[in-house]
Amino acid sequence: MQRTIFLLGIALLLSACSVEPWVKPYERDRIADPIMSFDRNPVSSSYTHHVYEAREGARGATGSAGGGCGCN
Amino acid sequence: MRLTSAIALLLVATASFSAVLPEDRADILYHSYDGDNVTIQGPSLLIRKKFAENFSASANYYVDSVSSASIDVVTTASPYTEERTQYSVGMDFLHDRWILNLGLSNSEENDFTANTLSIGISQDFFGDLTTVSLGYSLGDDEVRRRGDANFGDTIQRQNYRLGISQIVTRNLLLGFSVETVTDEGFLNNPYRSVRYVDPGSAIGFSYEPEIYPRTRTSQAAAFRWRYHLPYRAALHGEYRRYGDTWDISADTFEIGYSHPIGSSWILEGKVRSYSQSRADFFSDLFPRAQYQNFLARDKELSSFSSQTLHLGVSYNIARSGWWIFERGSVNFSYDYIEFDYEDFRDLRQPAAIAGDEPLFNFGADVLQFFISFWF
Repeated sequence: MQRTIFLLGIALLLSACSVEPWVKPYERDRIADPIMSFDRNPVSSSYTHHVYEAREGARGATGSAGGGCGCN
Repeated sequence: MRLTSAIALLLVATASFSAVLPEDRADILYHSYDGDNVTIQGPSLLIRKKFAENFSASANYYVDSVSSASIDVVTTASPYTEERTQYSVGMDFLHDRWILNLGLSNSEENDFTANTLSIGISQDFFGDLTTVSLGYSLGDDEVRRRGDANFGDTIQRQNYRLGISQIVTRNLLLGFSVETVTDEGFLNNPYRSVRYVDPGSAIGFSYEPEIYPRTRTSQAAAFRWRYHLPYRAALHGEYRRYGDTWDISADTFEIGYSHPIGSSWILEGKVRSYSQSRADFFSDLFPRAQYQNFLARDKELSSFSSQTLHLGVSYNIARSGWWIFERGSVNFSYDYIEFDYEDFRDLRQPAAIAGDEPLFNFGADVLQFFISFWF
């Protein structure tokens, strides 16, 4: 799956320079609102991910860099 | 895999659009977890500052002060207290419209040391509508066992990450991320045991140490979205699918709502649902001693589900600036998490026949209080 994702990524990158932005910079006021941020408070989301990672079997793809757990 | 990653990295590096460094800010957080007779609390301090125009440095200090009398501890060991301290530093470098980041982290406990090196790169495309990021982490851990000077082992961890975020319309933002993690080394908890049917025991069973495989590879993919409603508020959601070579598969669903009131308050609510299947070498009660090569009775590897209710509130302070700060916020959040195990039994409530004990479940309260300043 990882390989397919990377190949799709490459195709996306190769076509990057020929596309006009369909949401103009002056139309991005709502997107720029802090309530639309995927990670408005990194110190809090990092802690929350740690709480789950220590108690659940699943890990990864949480949107943050991760790191050592040491959850013995 | 590595060649493909290198090609993708090269392409990201040679494409051209703008990027910006993260904001300068400082956060002071106090966290508290209380569930299953385990309390964990401590501070987390995070500071980030730009310098020399195209660099941004960050540092994080994090402490877990643990006091544990959990079900694993009271059934096979003794309650304990310990402290985990983690230091992390990072650097972001903005150059010619792409951002390169580098991070180092050290986590210390009396029986565990974790060192992690992370690198990543991100780039905006399509007039900044799309952001692609790639990351790699290398971890080198040392596992010890309290009271056993002869025991010592290591773990090597590698993480590969790809993330894409996409502005779809002026109201809709999508995110997609995948991550592969490989672990190699001593992956057990060195204190935990499995139980097996033992007719010679008065309680019908006995314990022996867990034995895990020395390798584990996992894949996770997540899709998330945020939608700005016609009035100033946001709906957001997430789905994550997970699978690994221990045969654990998991699904996570989240949906939430953020609602500002005036220019000072933001109220947030979220529900999260998680479920997983057990590892193929997990059993609550093995039929006999040394029943198979790999043995686990760690409840994190069992079949279970968890449900979370999250409530949060933020209040903006110093909106016209204070001292060296441009603005700030005071934040509080509460999470209630309910864990329901499907094949892990509560041995504190003995049954006439081993294996008939009630299934285990518990609820946890998670509190966060933090103050943030931008400067």
